[in-house]
Formats: sequence, C-alpha cells, structure tokens
Amino acid sequence: MLQIKDLQAKVEDKQILKGINLQVNPGEVHAIMGPNGSGKSSLASVLAGREYFDVNGGEVLFDGKNLLELSPEDRAREGIFLAFQYPVEIPGVSNINFLRTALNEIRAYRNEPALEAKEFLKMTREKQKLVEFEAKLTNRSLNEGFSGGEKKRNEVFQLAMLEPKLAILDETDSGLDIDALRIVSNGVNKLRSDKNAFIVITHYQRLLEYIVPDFVHVLYDGRIVKSGTKELALELEERGYDWIKEPVSTETVN
Amino acid sequence: MTTTSSLYDQLTTGFLDRKAEQQPDWVKNLRQKAFQQFEADGFPTIKNEDWRFTNTAPYLKEAYHLQPVHIPLHEHRNYGHIPELDAHEIVLKNGLLNEDVNIPGLKVLPVRTALQQPALEKYLGATVPLHNNGFAALNTALFETGIVIEAEKNAVVDKPVHITHVYNAAEPLFAQPRLLVIMQPGSKLEIVESYFVKGSERLFINTVVELYVAPNARLDHYDLQIAPSNAHLINFTQVEQDGDSLYNNHTYTLPGFSLVRNNLHLNLNGTNTESHLYGLYLTGGNQLVDNHSLVNHRKPHCLSNELYKGVMMDASRAVFNGKIFVQQEAQKTNAFQQNNNMLLSDKAVIDTKPQLEIFADDVKCSHGSTIGSFNQEALFYLKTRGIGEVAARNLLVNAFAFDVTEKAAIPAVKNYIDKLITQKMAEAYD
Repeated sequence: MLQIKDLQAKVEDKQILKGINLQVNPGEVHAIMGPNGSGKSSLASVLAGREYFDVNGGEVLFDGKNLLELSPEDRAREGIFLAFQYPVEIPGVSNINFLRTALNEIRAYRNEPALEAKEFLKMTREKQKLVEFEAKLTNRSLNEGFSGGEKKRNEVFQLAMLEPKLAILDETDSGLDIDALRIVSNGVNKLRSDKNAFIVITHYQRLLEYIVPDFVHVLYDGRIVKSGTKELALELEERGYDWIKEPVSTETVN
Repeated sequence: MTTTSSLYDQLTTGFLDRKAEQQPDWVKNLRQKAFQQFEADGFPTIKNEDWRFTNTAPYLKEAYHLQPVHIPLHEHRNYGHIPELDAHEIVLKNGLLNEDVNIPGLKVLPVRTALQQPALEKYLGATVPLHNNGFAALNTALFETGIVIEAEKNAVVDKPVHITHVYNAAEPLFAQPRLLVIMQPGSKLEIVESYFVKGSERLFINTVVELYVAPNARLDHYDLQIAPSNAHLINFTQVEQDGDSLYNNHTYTLPGFSLVRNNLHLNLNGTNTESHLYGLYLTGGNQLVDNHSLVNHRKPHCLSNELYKGVMMDASRAVFNGKIFVQQEAQKTNAFQQNNNMLLSDKAVIDTKPQLEIFADDVKCSHGSTIGSFNQEALFYLKTRGIGEVAARNLLVNAFAFDVTEKAAIPAVKNYIDKLITQKMAEAYD
C-alpha cells in the first residue's frame, strides 16, 4: 500500500529526514517511536503534504502512485488521513458542514455521487456511536472550545467518517488522560480491518498497550535505526532511547 | 465653490429651475439652506479628513441625466427577488413608487406626496447635518424620489418590508432618492433594502435615509448592497433613537458597486436604548467600499455594539472608520466596537480607524481592529480532509463572516448572503 524509499526532506537548510525506508501493507499497524526531534512528526507532515517541508530525495508510492506529486487534498482523496497532534480550531465552520464538504469532495474525486442528506445523517449517527463521539459536539464549530480529549476524539470520528486506506496518527495520545486514551484507542481498534493500515506515531509505549502494533520502528536523527515487533516498544520503555542513539552517532562520525 | 464640473453646473441649473415649483414654505427653505451649504462646501475632496481615502472626483466629472430616462420596467415584477423571503414587497423604479401600498400598521407614501403634510416638517431634514456634508446637502436640496414610511403607534408589522431599488441605467443617471421612516412609539418593523440595476451606463446613487425610532419602538434594518460595477452608491443614514428603543442595522456589501460610501450616524437621545450595527464587506475587482459610522451617546444607560468584518480580494480597497462619542451626561454607557479584516490578495488594501471619545467617567467602552489573512494551518487542516483550495477558502471566509451573518434574524436574508459569499468567492478565483 505505502512504500517509502530513501525519503529525505529539509526545512530551509536543515536536513530533517535523512533517508527513510518503510513498507506498509493492508491490515498492518506500524508504530513509529523515537525521542523528541527525531523526525517523527516531520515524517507525518511530509506524507500529508505540508508545504513547509522541502522533499529533496527519495520517493513515496501509495497504491503505486507517486504520492509526493499530489496536493494535500488529493492525497486525502486517494485515502491518506493525518490525525493531527494539535487539531486546529476553526470557529464558524460547523463540524457537520465540514464533514459533509470533505466527504463530498472526496466522493466527487472518485466520481461518486454526493451523499443524500438522509444517508449522511445515518452514517454520522452510526460513526458517532462507534467511536463514542458525543452528538452535541458534532453540531458545534470545528474543535472550537473542545478539550484536548474532545479534539482527539473528533480526529478519530473524522477518521471513521472518511474511511481512509491509510491513517497516520501523530502523537494522538499526547495530552490524553487514561479514559480519553481508552476511548480513542477503542475507536481506532474498531476501525481496523484487513483493507486499511495505520501508522501510529507516539512517544510512549502506553498507547501501544491499547493499539497493538504489528511492527515497531525507532526513528532517530531522521532515519529508522531499528525495527522490530511490539516487544521492541517494551524494551524502549525499559531502557529509554540512549542505547539506540549510540550506533548512529558513531556512523555519523565515520 | 470648490468643484467645477459639468455635473456641478447641471445641478446648479437643476436647482434654479425647480425653485419656481409649488412647494410648502418649509420645504423651500430647507432646500434653499441645503443648496447654499452645498455651494459653500462642494463635493467632499480627499483633503477632507473624513474622505481622505475615498476620492469621488473621478465619478463626478462627467454629465449625468438628473431625471431618469423613462423606460418601462413593469414587465419584471421580480426584480431583486430574494429567494424564500416572505415579505411585503415595495418596488421603487428609478426611485419612484408607482403603485399604492397597503400594509397593515404602515403608511407608505411617495416622498413628494408626503411633503404636503405639515407634520413632516418635524422629521424630514430635521437632523441630517448639512455642514461639511456635501452629498447629503445636495440630496436635501434636490431629492424628488423615494418614500416615507410611518409605522403607527404600537403597530407590529407581521412580515418584513422589502424595498427593492430598481434603476434603469440605459443612460447615465444621477439619482437622489430619499427614505424617511418614522417609527411611532411601540411599533415594530423589519426593513430589507436591496438593489437591482438594469443597463450598463454610469449610475450614481446619492441617497439619504432618515430613521426616527420613538420610545419602545424597534426597527431592524437590512441593507443588501449588491449591484453591477457601473453603479456607485453614496449613502447617508441618520438614525434618531428615543428612550427604550432598539435599532439594528445589518449592512452587507458584496462585489459589484465600484464605489460604496456608507455614512451611518446614530444619535441616542433617550435613556436605555439599544443599537447593534453589523457590517460585512466582501470586496473584489477594483471596488472601493468605505464605511463610516458615528454613534453618539447622549443619555445614560444606553448600549451600542458595532461589529464590522471585511474580506478584501483582488485589487479592491476598503475603509472602516468608526467613531463613538460618549457625552458627559451619558453615564453607564456600554459602547463596543470591533472591526476585523482579512486581506486575500497582495493588491488589496484596508484602512481602518476605530475612534472613541469619552466625556463621561462611568462607562464601559471598548474598540479594536485587526488585519490578517488566511490561517495557513486551518487551510492545511481542511485540505488534509480532502477539501480543495476553493472550497477550503470558502469555508474559512464564510466562517470569518459568520459572526456578522448569523445576526441576521431573517433566515432568507442570511441564506441569501451566505450563498452570495460562496458565489462571489468562486467568481474571484475563476
């Protein structure tokens, strides 16, 4: 589904991603961990198409298409979804109007007819229930005045509504208390299928107790320096990131 | 005399020709006084502080017809129709009311007929400042068209009154309509004004609106300023509010009119009045939209709240100038003013100047103004959900305007404006 080959990206003169390689297949959940400033969120931003980054090497194929040539909206329409670490508040845009616009723009791209009002409402109700998103939040302005937990739950609700092939969760666990974490994780787990895939970016192993990954990768200094299974996350929790850093530093010196 | 132009000569001749007409003495005197003042001041120039960003001279050089060329407009009764608006319809063709209007609780007369009533002297032209106010003085000296509306005591008018100003610009036309609304005590009325311009020649509308809101009366006033770019609009609105009255003004200016200057002046003459001024200007092309407002708190315990929002596209320019005066007697005043702007193009310009002058010591007042552009993070967020550039910008502009448009208490008006914002934005990006 997703093939990242030697991906490099910089911001102004600073090289942030220094050659990322990753293959994600349908049905898989990949966790990306790493210390602060290792490039985790940058990778998510580059995949979603944030213009701030200048991609200066490598390629990304999504279902065989060159992802890097597509605009952010076309990437979304092809089936990529980024759950933001800090979802934006947009006063005056109602959540429901926003979702209807998004769904219909995606459907139009795929040459599908716009959803009937009735179908849309039915879908909204079902998905709200599935991810435990309160109905009263749906009619409010997009994320305006939402608590940190409500914002993250709204990201998962959007994920449920838009049904992407690949969802990238960028530190979705940050700022969540244990109850919110459970609700968000339950939502994600219900949406998992053998047709979609997830990239879960997180700092802590805690989230991975709820969303159990098939693979764990450690990102450090713009590269994936270690990959393994879910046990790797436990090891990181126990030993910290320092032991990961060593070999890379040596390599850079050489 | 400070201005010389063929239009100026036309106006002078026009005034002299009309002096001989049969008119009540008070009207003659008022017109004479107004014309003298106009002769003394002329049209305002950019040397006048209140007009420094708005140069009307280019529009006043050439000759116009002062009397409309009569071309029948009756074949279209649906001029300026607002979808789903259930209203009493009044259509003014080139400023003229051509049919009897029967609306329970209201008296509606052509202004020329109404002038014959001595009672009108108390209202018409009584509070519009003539000094240093060239356009309003000129209108006062020469107006022939327009209407007078009187809401009877305690009358609650069941539906909004929709006044469509239909103009035929088959030939260049300088129009000077007058609108006078007298709200008797306890009356309640919603007025929706809109424009429909036929023909592609120059049309210059110099209008004066006088609104009297008596104790316990309520007037909701909507002005939808949408017309093609061959039209220009100068509007002077004087509002006089008595105690316990409520006046709400909603002014929407969208791409079209190449020049709009609104002067909205409120005198709060009694205690416990409430006034809300909501303005939205979405400007495009080479349009210039200038909103000047003045709220004069004269008595204690009054509330005024002004919110104007602007979105400038293309090479358009907008001006906002809001003045609030709180006189010494006006203790316990609450006066708020806010102006927010979004510049959507490198060539667009906004000049904004909030002003507050307080002579009382126990008041709550605030004012502020902001200028910004699209929130890039919000745009990116919308795009990552599959929403394209045009739709995303639309959502954000509608959201920005929402604080103003949501205040429209007539759903048909709100929906109409929302739809037009979307449409005009899309046209600007084509």
